[in-house]
Formats: sequence, structure tokens, C-alpha cells
Amino acid sequence: MDVILFLIFAVIAVVCGINVVVQTHPISSAISLIGVMGSLAVLYLLLGAEFLAAAQVIVYAGAVMVLFVFVIMLLNAGAETRRGRSLLAQLLGIPLLLVFLGLMAYFAQRLFPATAMVRFGAFRGGTALDVGEALFTRFLLPFEVVSVLILIAILGAVVLARKELD
Amino acid sequence: MTGVPLSWYLILSAVLFSLGVAGFLLRRNVITVFMSIELMLNGVNLSFITFSYQLRQVNGQIFSFLVMVVAAAEAAVGLAIILTVFKNRATLNIDDVSSMKD
Amino acid sequence: MQLWLIPVFPLTGFLLNGIFGRRWSKAVIHTIAVGSVLLSFAWVLKTLAGLGDLSAAHTEQYFTWIQSGILHVGMDFTVDRLTAVMLLVVTGVGLVIHIYSIGYMAHEGGYQRFFAYMNLFMFFMLILVLAANYLVMFVGWEGVGLCSYLLIGFYFDKKFATNAGNKAFIVNRIGDFGFSLALFLIVVHFGTLDFGAVFTAAGGKSEGTLTAIALLLLVGACGKSAQLPLYVWLPDAMAGPTPVSALIHAATMVTAGVYMVARSAAIFTRAPAAMEAVAIVGVATAFFAATIGMLQNDIKKVFAYSTVSQLGYMFLGAGVGAFSAGIYHLVTHAFFKALLFLASGSVIHALSGEQDLRNMGGLGKKIPWTFATMLCAGVAIAGVPPFAGFYSKDAILAAANNHAPWMYWVGVITAGMTAFYVFRAIFMAFLGEYRGKGHPHESPAVMLVPLVILGALSLVGGYLFRVPGYLAPLFPLAVESHDISPMLISVAFGLGGIALAWVFYVVRPGLPDQLAATFSGLYKLVYNKYFVDEIYGAVVVTPVVSGSREVLWKGVDVAVIDGAVNGAGNRARGIGGVLKLLQSGNIRSYATWVLLGGVVLLFVMGVMGGLR
Repeated sequence: MDVILFLIFAVIAVVCGINVVVQTHPISSAISLIGVMGSLAVLYLLLGAEFLAAAQVIVYAGAVMVLFVFVIMLLNAGAETRRGRSLLAQLLGIPLLLVFLGLMAYFAQRLFPATAMVRFGAFRGGTALDVGEALFTRFLLPFEVVSVLILIAILGAVVLARKELD
Repeated sequence: MTGVPLSWYLILSAVLFSLGVAGFLLRRNVITVFMSIELMLNGVNLSFITFSYQLRQVNGQIFSFLVMVVAAAEAAVGLAIILTVFKNRATLNIDDVSSMKD
Repeated sequence: MQLWLIPVFPLTGFLLNGIFGRRWSKAVIHTIAVGSVLLSFAWVLKTLAGLGDLSAAHTEQYFTWIQSGILHVGMDFTVDRLTAVMLLVVTGVGLVIHIYSIGYMAHEGGYQRFFAYMNLFMFFMLILVLAANYLVMFVGWEGVGLCSYLLIGFYFDKKFATNAGNKAFIVNRIGDFGFSLALFLIVVHFGTLDFGAVFTAAGGKSEGTLTAIALLLLVGACGKSAQLPLYVWLPDAMAGPTPVSALIHAATMVTAGVYMVARSAAIFTRAPAAMEAVAIVGVATAFFAATIGMLQNDIKKVFAYSTVSQLGYMFLGAGVGAFSAGIYHLVTHAFFKALLFLASGSVIHALSGEQDLRNMGGLGKKIPWTFATMLCAGVAIAGVPPFAGFYSKDAILAAANNHAPWMYWVGVITAGMTAFYVFRAIFMAFLGEYRGKGHPHESPAVMLVPLVILGALSLVGGYLFRVPGYLAPLFPLAVESHDISPMLISVAFGLGGIALAWVFYVVRPGLPDQLAATFSGLYKLVYNKYFVDEIYGAVVVTPVVSGSREVLWKGVDVAVIDGAVNGAGNRARGIGGVLKLLQSGNIRSYATWVLLGGVVLLFVMGVMGGLR
């Protein structure tokens, strides 16, 4: 059961990811990205991270992607037309990526013994209770810092995007 | 087989990351490049949560949580910057915003 | 005794005239210049009177110049009998020539510059003479070389004058190189440069060492005193004004070499091979220069070669051990050679610049004072007794006869040639009919009075100033031989030379041209100074200049050094140009580089880090 679920949603994630890269119109890429995020949320559930799965959907798919869509709409971005100019990226990019992927896969295989399995329900430490407890005790400082970060980001975004007062 | 081998999750994470890099390298529209960055971050998130499972600790998930927060903040500010650049350069082509001499 | 005042008076004259002279009138300039030399001369007299009989040297030490390891060099002056003789000659004859220059340079440009340089020259010459150690002497040595260069090239808008100045300085430099090597050897072997210390310690050194030092000192003397093979600068130095030729290239600077050899007698006498070399160089130069002097047509060139020849006599005297005879000849030569030059200057001045003997003639009636004084110099240099030159030349020839008779005979023949060419010049200029186109007029009194003074000294100076006797404490007198036949023979040759000149140029004026046509090959060879300048030019100068140009300039400087320096710059620019491509401003290429770096890092850490 786990395997089937994993395979389905992994395939969806990969296909949507490819779509993000391949589509010409940014709005199509945005929709595909939402698909990726949704599949990832299910995979998180399989790994026992309930809170994060919910957060993924709410924050990422719900807020960040909406922000992206709004900006696309605001800028009236159309489909890409012209060719790019970076020869280096085009030449070296794909081969390097393949090498990278190969290396990562190789390490992944080597580092983790074949007996390590992921079973749904084997890890129950990902509830909101557990996350909250860790966040407010052991990780309090990062939590506070990251809230300041959000504040700064809001201020920055507001300052950058406002109309100039004439 | 009652479970999924751990390495598959990691390989999936690597694949998503690579797709994100590919998008970053090959696309010209700056918004699409940004979305590729988000894709990369998601891949990394998956990897963190996988390790959290492997170690049977919640720390990886906290990491992932913080990554999400940062990604959101970054998306907000980055898009604001894109707006400003668009206002100044009137282009969304990432190659055209370079003002360095040839 | 305040010896330092002696050179400082002319130095003050130089500074005043040099710095302020432009704004002053000619009267002020020459008063300062002549006055400073006069004060110097007066101080010399006062010093010598105050020092008594000077059987021991009187030294004054002023300050320590160099104190480095074993070498201690002080700025020290010393006066002994030899110094006294030199001081009197330099300041006395110098004073007379300065007075003469007032008249000679009156119509020339650069009045202030001339007198400033002349005073500077006096300063350096006096330092050279008063020095108590080799290094201070070398300072004076170099300084007079500098002033010689400045004064030879006085007419700096004439190319041949500046070339002559360069030639003088460069040829002198070769001699100075020898001198410097000698100084180094002295420091190495003696540990000091003080005359007193070196000469007392000379007895203990090996003959080889002393010979080497002496030979190197001889090289230096050859350069300064225009002996073979470094004499070539002196005839060209006639490009300078005539008082310069008289003072520097007759009476004082060129005698510095002789003085130095005489001063270093303690070294030379212990190195017989070097002494022999000195004598041979001297007698060869004397003969060689006399042959050239016989055929020259420029009046100053005749006397220039005569100077070289007479200096050869002085070296001959020193070389055969008669140092005091050499110095004696130095003194008398100062009188009559300065007079010959000054009188020639008077002739040139009378003819408004004409220097070629073939365009002169019949001047005896027109400029009688000049004629009379030049005759005095002529008989003195010809060795006619009892005039000045006879005593000194006879002393040298007698000593040469005792040492090696062949040197005596060459010297005697040269004496005959000397008399011949001097009287040739006198007869061609003053007798017969005037062949030129100008209006000869007698020189002003300010020029004539020095001529008369020097004329009187040429006549009686040898008899009055018995230099060998005076110098006996320093240079023991040779045994007097009672055979007067050498003396008679040399006088006979002298008179014969005068007679021959009389025949050639007064009685049978066409004879010289006939002989020149008959022996035309030999005539051309000697007339062109044996082509020595051309040989030097081809063998030494041209290879050095073209070697410098091709090898050192183009090869080393441009190709190697500039190539390395510019090449380094160009390589840096090239590398920068390549690295510049990394900074394309293109975000995607940056990202590719990052990815590349990441992959490499992964590879290194993972695969090579042992994760097989």
C-alpha cells in the first residue's frame, strides 16, 4: 500500500516538476508547481509529518503560490518568445545535472542500507503537539528570529513595491 | 514489501532538486526562475523530513518548517524586487537585466 | 697654518661668480675671480714663509670623511717641499693666466661661466696638490677632469668642442679606472690610503704587489697626463679657449700625473719593472708626439703635441729615478709652455681668430711684444743655455744616460725635433710676409703683462729656482757625473733644430713642400697623426657603441628587461581578460558555475573521500 501511494504521488510530483520547467507560459508553470506541492504534502503524510503536510498545503500551495499567481497577473507576463543568450548554461547545464543526479543517487544507495524502510505510521512524532513542543522549547530562538525575519520581509516587500509618492 | 526504501525518497528529493536547477538554468522568464527556486526548496524539504523519519526525531521537521518560513519570506521580497525591476527595465527576461559591459 | 684657505679662496670665487655672476658686470666678475686666485697665492706665500724650511711635512687634519671597518680616510692636507713647489706653480702661473684671461675673454660670451669654471678648476687642483691621502687626491683628480670637460666644451654650440670635451672626459675615465684599481689594491694590502702610512709600510710589501699598484697608478697618470696610449684627448682639447689650454693642458692639470708618480716614489722605486715602464712610456711618447708636432699647421695643435712630448720627458725623468728632475721640468715647462700658449692666444687674438700657420707670417713687426715673449719661450723649450728649459731637460737627459743610453739618444733626437717644431711655428708666424687677410693688432696690456712675466720666468726661472736641490731631502740627488759631453750633445741638437727650422722656413721656404711631395706616404702618415684616432675609432669606439646599441640596448634593455616587465603586465592583462569572461553579468552562467563547483565538491568529498 505504501509503495503504491508513494509511486503514484512521486510520479505526479515529477511530472508536474517537469511541467514547471517545460511550460512556456508562467501561469502553467505556477499551476504545475501547485501540483508538486500537493503531492509532496501526501508524501510528507506517508513519512509521518502530519503538521508539515498541512502547513505545506496552507502556506506553500495556499499563500506563496497565490502570491506568484497574483504577480504573474500583475505583470501580465506572457509566454516566453526569444532564445536565451547563455551558451554556457545551455552547454554545461544538462550534463552537469545528470552527473549531479547520478552522484546523489549513488550516495543515497550507498549510505542507507536496503533494510531501512518507510512505513506509514512507523513514526508518530510528527504531530502538532510534537512540533509545537520542540518549537517552543528547544527551538525557541530560531522561532523568534524567524518571526522577525517575516516582519522584515513584509516591510521590505511593502517598501519595494509601493508606488512612489509624487 | 511493506514499506518504501528510504533511498527512494532521497532519490526523489534529488530529482526534484535537479528539476529545479534545470529550470533555473534553462528558463528566461524571471518568474519561472523563481518558481524553480521554490521547487528546489521543496526538494530539500522532502529530504529533511526523510531524515527526520530515519532518526525518529522531530528536528528535521522543525528544519523543514523553518525552511518553509524563509521560503515564504523570500518569495515575498523576491517578487517585490521583480516588480521593481520590471518597473525599471520593462522586461522579464533574466538575460536582459544585466547592465554590465560586454 | 689654515691650509684649507688655499683652496677655499677660489671655491668662494666660483660660488660667488657662479650664483650671482649673471647680474654683475664683467669688471666685478673678473675682480672676484682674479682676486680669489691672488688671495690664494698670497696665502701660499704666507704659509710657506711661516712653515720654515719644511724638511718635515706639515699636516693638518680637518675631519673624518670615511670610517668603515679598517679604512679610515680623513680630509687631510699636507705640505712638504714637493707640495710647496706644486703650490707655487699652480697658484702663481694660475694667477698670471687669470689676469691674461681678462683681456682674452673680453669679447667672448660666457664671461661669468668662464671665470667660475676657472676658479672651480683652481679649487680642485689645489685639493689634488694638498691632499694627504690618495682618496682626497682622487677627489681633486676627478674634479680637474670635470673642469677640463666643462672648459674644453666651453663653446658648447660648436659640435667639435663638445665632442672634444666628451673625448677628454672619457679617455680620462679609462685612466681613472686604473687609478681606482690601484686604490683598491692599496686598501687591500696596506689597509689605509694615507701617504705617510703607505709609504712607510711600502718597504714590507712584496715586489709583485707594488709593481701591480705602480702599473695601475701609471695607467691613471697616462690618462691624466696624456701619455701613450691615452694621449688622444689633448690635441682635441685645443677646442677650448686659449687660457684654458695654457692653464689646464700645459701648466697644471696634465702635470698632475707626474706629481702623482713623484708623490708615490716610495712605491715606484721598489718596483723596478714599473719604473722601467714609466720611462719607456715617457720616452716613446716624447718621440712620437714630437714627430707629429713637426707637421701640424694649427698653431695650438703644434703646442698641444709639444705638451704631450714634454710630459713624456717628465715621465722619463721619473722613470729613471730622477724624480726631482721630472718635477724641475714640470716647473720650467709650466713657464714656457703657458707662455707659448698665451702668446699663441695673443696671435690668434691679433688675427681675430685665425689659427692656421699657413695664413700667418710677418707678424714680428706688427705684434712685437708677442714676438719677443714667444722667442723667450722658444729658446727656453729648445734647451738653449742658460734659459729655463736647458737646466731641467739636461737633468733628465743626464739621468737617462746613466740609466740606459738608448733612452738618452732618443731623448736627444726628440730635443732636436722640439726645437725644430717650435721655431718652425715661430718663423712661420712671425717672419716673412703676411699671408693672411686680416688686420693684425697688438694685444692690450692686460694680456701683455702676463706674457712678459712668463717670458722673464722662462729666461731666468731655471737658474733661479734650483728645484732638485730644494727637493733633495725627498728625492736624493743622483751622483753628479763630470762628463759634460751628454750636455753638449743635447745643446748641439737643440741648436741644430733651430738652424734646420731657419733653413726650412726662412731661407728656403719651398723646401718643406718639396720634401713633403717626395716622401708623400710618410708625410701623409705623420700629418694624419698616424691615424691613431681612426684606429681607436674603429677598434674601440665603434664596437663599443654598436655593441651597446645592438646588444645592450636593443637586446637586453628592450627585449629582455622591457620584455619581462611589459610581458608581465601583458600576461596579467591576458589572464584578467580570460577571467573577465567569468563575470558576464549573466545570472544563468553564474548558476552554472555554482552547479559545477557543487558537483566537483560532491565528487571530491564523496567518491574520493572514501565512499566507494
